[in-house]
Amino acid sequence: MAQTLEDLGPPSVGPPKSSFSIGKIWTDKRSRGIVIQVIAMAIFCAIVAYLAANVVKNFEELGKPFGFDFLKQESNYDINQTLISYNSQSSHARAAVVGILNTLLIAVCGIILATILGFILGVLRLSPNWLVNKLAYCYIEFMRNVPVLVHILLVHGILVHSLPHPKNAMNINDTLFLSNRGFYTPQPLFQPLFWLVVAAFVIGIIFAFWYRRTARIKQEATGEQSPVFWVMLASIIGLPILAFFLTGMPIDWQFPEQGRFNLKGGMAIKPEFMALWVALSLYTAAFIAEIVRAGIEAVSHGQTEAALALGLPRKRTMNLVVIPQAMRVIIPPLTSQYLNITKNSSLAIAIGYMDIVATIGGISLNQTGREMECMIIVLGLYLTFSLTISTFMNWYNKRIALVER
Amino acid sequence: MNLIKHVAATAAAASILLAGTVQAGTLDDVKAAGFLKCGISTGVPGFAFTDDKGDWQGFDPAVCKAIAAAVFGDSSAVKYTTTTGKTRFTALASGEVDVLARNTTWTFSRDTDLKLDFVGVNYYDGQGFMVPTELGVASAKDLDGASVCIQTGTTTELNLADFFRTNGISYEAVPIETNDEARTNYVAGRCDVYTTDASGLAATRSSLEDPSAHTLMPEIISKEPLGPLVRHGDSEWADIVRWTLNAMITAEELGVTSANVDKMATGTDNPEINRLLGSEGDLGAMIGLDKAWAWRAIKMVGNYGEVFEQFIGKETPIGLERGINAQWTNGGLLYSPPFR
Repeated sequence: MAQTLEDLGPPSVGPPKSSFSIGKIWTDKRSRGIVIQVIAMAIFCAIVAYLAANVVKNFEELGKPFGFDFLKQESNYDINQTLISYNSQSSHARAAVVGILNTLLIAVCGIILATILGFILGVLRLSPNWLVNKLAYCYIEFMRNVPVLVHILLVHGILVHSLPHPKNAMNINDTLFLSNRGFYTPQPLFQPLFWLVVAAFVIGIIFAFWYRRTARIKQEATGEQSPVFWVMLASIIGLPILAFFLTGMPIDWQFPEQGRFNLKGGMAIKPEFMALWVALSLYTAAFIAEIVRAGIEAVSHGQTEAALALGLPRKRTMNLVVIPQAMRVIIPPLTSQYLNITKNSSLAIAIGYMDIVATIGGISLNQTGREMECMIIVLGLYLTFSLTISTFMNWYNKRIALVER
Repeated sequence: MNLIKHVAATAAAASILLAGTVQAGTLDDVKAAGFLKCGISTGVPGFAFTDDKGDWQGFDPAVCKAIAAAVFGDSSAVKYTTTTGKTRFTALASGEVDVLARNTTWTFSRDTDLKLDFVGVNYYDGQGFMVPTELGVASAKDLDGASVCIQTGTTTELNLADFFRTNGISYEAVPIETNDEARTNYVAGRCDVYTTDASGLAATRSSLEDPSAHTLMPEIISKEPLGPLVRHGDSEWADIVRWTLNAMITAEELGVTSANVDKMATGTDNPEINRLLGSEGDLGAMIGLDKAWAWRAIKMVGNYGEVFEQFIGKETPIGLERGINAQWTNGGLLYSPPFR
């Protein structure tokens, strides 16, 4: 009974089981793969270790300590566009936060405007009207074949050189002013009762989504459709407006007025922000337009015909059949365009918009001499932004992906 | 242009990562390379500009030319690298340049914390303000609410914040990278005021279409001793730069000019001139050069006064007075230690 499997099987015909040999590591396909990977990894680690050691050595030779204590020191410089309170007595860390918020502001505004413009242009590109189609085509080709930095400098140049001085600012009814120092609007000053309006807005949103959900359940159960869009609009926009008037309009407006040098008071959108926002949005919109066009064209025409044959109206065909399928094609490249806007916003430095590169990666770096630390911070921040955006977009992509069985 | 500079700044930071370690023997490196790597500004009329042949000229490059003349006997053996207020220190620290000669203010933290060595002062300056005359501003303290164009990464940026804060007045800082851009924005009316060192303002004003339509404010709000600087930790190299500058200053004090230096080098009855020009003693050997090092610098570039008058003096469009930049014997601040 002490037979092994070997004894039972036919006499072995393959190469005899040899013992371990060096040559075999290389001739065997599997072990060769492992060996190559180990070597590649070792080389990679060696390069990283060399660079790190070199940094340490250079820092030692320069006699510079490495550390982030400088972030707590006063920054001693002023920033002209801030979303949070900041002055020259604030710390470098706070200057960095100002920069982060400015970067996020331009990224979010840029993404919104570029998406809206991009979708409109993409649809125009598909227009059967020859003129509209060709105009959209020319626009797209012009925008995406000129470097974005040129667009930024161009728009900034136009704003600063062609708009009037604040003294002669174009103005509408003494409330809105447009000059080469910025676009000035009245600033709202909220009175205590304003929180009721905010509360109404929140309640409106909650009600709207509750209503949408019940409407869907009702439609699934009975097939009866409810005016979801109008009810949502009324509760999200209408309710707060109602609350606003019922509480007696609890907002005061501070109007911009002429000062000795500049317009005083009110809110100002600086030309640097406008230039960057407009240029980045127009540039990226051209890419998004092509992505949208490709996405819509990727949905086979048979789908549309089938939907129409089933009796769906044209609008519903678009909303329920074409767009959901097009979105699957559109989302992944759209993600990379969103990342591009965020990263391209670092070109702000060219026109003096104070983003992270200009604050912590620029002035702070220069005034403190901490190149390595500041660059590490800037790299880390951009990486965080980009990974966050792509995580969100991947999640969204998965959500709308075709569920296959 | 700006992007290039920005990339240069980043590249300079990266070069700390990649560059071979900065060697202590800068003189040997310079001699081996056959040229001096000199960091200058991106252009300020009179102080650093390109002539019609495309060569850098001006008050600041003259320092580098003198060093090259002292080391190589060839004032053109210089490779110029333009740096902005932001990129300059990184460029120097990473070894991209051997000496920085670009209106840089000598401050405590730069000398110590940034690990740089200022070797002397070649221009005593102070920060001023320029405004269009039509605004009718008489004093910088009347600038409440004004937009101020300011070069980022400079001491002027910090002085400006201090000045407005201590006077309790508000302003909008419009950050700008280079002098040229500041000029463009100022002319376009993006800002009411341009502030930088008074010498830079005079230079910029001279390049405006109608200089008389712009006024310099009477206030000088800071001390800005400008001078060449090198990396910390190589005192031999610092000595060469320091004493080349001192040689130019001493030459003016002793009346040695590029015109009469040949005659004086054969020997005079003033022992200090003889030591300076190498006909007596061997000072050159003490800094690793030959006897005639200072003679070459003065012969090829000129003494301090000659350089001043050639590029920024009264006869030039910049039209700066010697003022406190006169020799101490004429009531100025220029005072070179003795050549002994």
